Amino acid sequence: MAHFETTADIEPDRTPPALGRRRRWTWLRSLWRDKKAVIGLCVLVVLVAGALTASYITPYDPNAQDFEFLEAPSSTHWLGTDDLGRDLFSRIVYGARISIFVGLSTVLLATVIGVVLGLLAGYYGGWIDNLIMRYIDLQWAFPNFIIAVYLVAVFGTGLTNVIVAITLAFLDDFARVVRSMVLSIREEDYIMAARSIGCSNGRILLGHILPNTTAPVIVQATVSVSYAILAEAGLSFLGLGVQPDTPTWGLILSDARTFFSRAWWLAVFPGLAITVTVLSTNFFGDALRDIFDVREYQEEM
Amino acid sequence: MTGYIIKRTFYALVVVWAVATIVFFMLRAVPGDPFRAMLADVDPAAAEVLRRKFGMDRPVYVQYFLWFGRIVQGDLGNSVYGSNVAVSRIIREAFPRTIALSTLAFLISLLLAISAGVISAIKKHTFLDHVFTFVAFIGLSMPDFWLGIILIIVFAVKLHWMPAIGYVPLSEGMWPWLSHLILPAIAIGTPFSAIIARMTRSAMLEVLQSDYIMVARAKGLRERTVIFTHALRNALIPVITVVGIAFALLMSGAVIVENVFAIKGLGRVLIQGILNRDYPVVQGAILVVSVIFVFTNLLVDLLYTIIDPRIRYQ
Repeated sequence: MAHFETTADIEPDRTPPALGRRRRWTWLRSLWRDKKAVIGLCVLVVLVAGALTASYITPYDPNAQDFEFLEAPSSTHWLGTDDLGRDLFSRIVYGARISIFVGLSTVLLATVIGVVLGLLAGYYGGWIDNLIMRYIDLQWAFPNFIIAVYLVAVFGTGLTNVIVAITLAFLDDFARVVRSMVLSIREEDYIMAARSIGCSNGRILLGHILPNTTAPVIVQATVSVSYAILAEAGLSFLGLGVQPDTPTWGLILSDARTFFSRAWWLAVFPGLAITVTVLSTNFFGDALRDIFDVREYQEEM
Repeated sequence: MTGYIIKRTFYALVVVWAVATIVFFMLRAVPGDPFRAMLADVDPAAAEVLRRKFGMDRPVYVQYFLWFGRIVQGDLGNSVYGSNVAVSRIIREAFPRTIALSTLAFLISLLLAISAGVISAIKKHTFLDHVFTFVAFIGLSMPDFWLGIILIIVFAVKLHWMPAIGYVPLSEGMWPWLSHLILPAIAIGTPFSAIIARMTRSAMLEVLQSDYIMVARAKGLRERTVIFTHALRNALIPVITVVGIAFALLMSGAVIVENVFAIKGLGRVLIQGILNRDYPVVQGAILVVSVIFVFTNLLVDLLYTIIDPRIRYQ
């Protein structure tokens, strides 16, 4: 928390009552000063806006076929067309919808479930902790993408199954981070104070412990979004993702595999879309990590 | 130490057993089986015959015990497709390919990453350092399968330097074997080397500030000796601790990149099995992939104690 200490150095005597609000301000200000964060955030805003307004900004229907097969990028088809004469630009913009939706929804679900599991395991200990930790340890033995593949192998393909698979694959990271935080917060004086004035377990957990775990959780969530987007693209590319014909970046790459030697644009642009999205998320996540100073949790991939 | 190794090995076996068991039951809990998918509309009777042949008409727990009994004896069953090849044979053919690919990727990227990390640390905040940092960021953000595709287009289709896809066994010569593996190895190794390069850089920077480096310089050692024998050796300790995690990433990269390069390794066997709903193949591949992961983790943990004698396990 290096940054907050600097503020305290300047005004050592005035510990304002509204510390929470002040902290939030410093947080935003340092974010604004970080060049990487600003670039990442701007690109992400453009991507989300593009995904939301896809039907207005795309010149063609993403599934409309045409007789202009495998056309190179031109003024009529900005990024060219695929083997069925579909406009690549329109398909990539629509593809952003799936990628961003899967990336955000899986991480949101994984965060909620993972945080609850971590809180329960860390706070109550005993058999609850044992049970949850056995499960987390089981997942810990494998990289997230492999777990997602295992789960899709079991559940089958399709958008819902992919979301379930990626959510389950990522939630152990959150549970692990939160549990280790709770274990140390639990011993703090203010928790004892809260307990001695008769706070219920629920109130201690939600009102006193949960707010103190937010920084690492936010950082973990940002990092996870980029991995979730990569995982979805990978699953779609392997044919384990969404239904065929849905425009997603991974699937466009997979569909066009046979035409790559003749049509470089089919290989380059969808991959570029994935890379730019993941890169800006990583930029943003990296800046958050510096600001919140949670390096010790960095290894949780 | 021996007690620790035995305990960890036992635990690793439990993890593998748990994964295999969960996968076994969940595969059967999902409605529909491969024979229904193949034949139900055409010939329900034939589907029934096949189900009986593969024992899938029995209660699930009976299937489980029969299956478990066979696994222990090293029999992974037969593929339900084509000529019903034994799964153990498919895996025996696939295994060396995945191992060769991962090992090559590991070596190439470790070499690149540690050199890049050391250079970045020595020349910190120079143009070169910024370039390496940016390349590392891109490497982490790029999907490995996409990098594979780009490499195929550039080095195989345009330049004709390397074969595009496929695999040739080592018995047909060193170069044919290697040339088929280099492009996929680079594709798999890139995110891995990005992580290692960043780790090496920060570890080197930390070590270079320590007192014994100052002492080494003060007594007039050559800069090269200071960097390589004094700084790098100590900087590599924290790097090796992430190598385990990063190696897992490498293996999961192999699963997907093998499909780009049509190398019939474990990853491709697994994915094809899933797409065909070929239960015995999926189960066999998951079992073997899990064994690789769990025992690599174990091996890396044990390696720490050798590299850093300060670490002791009970």
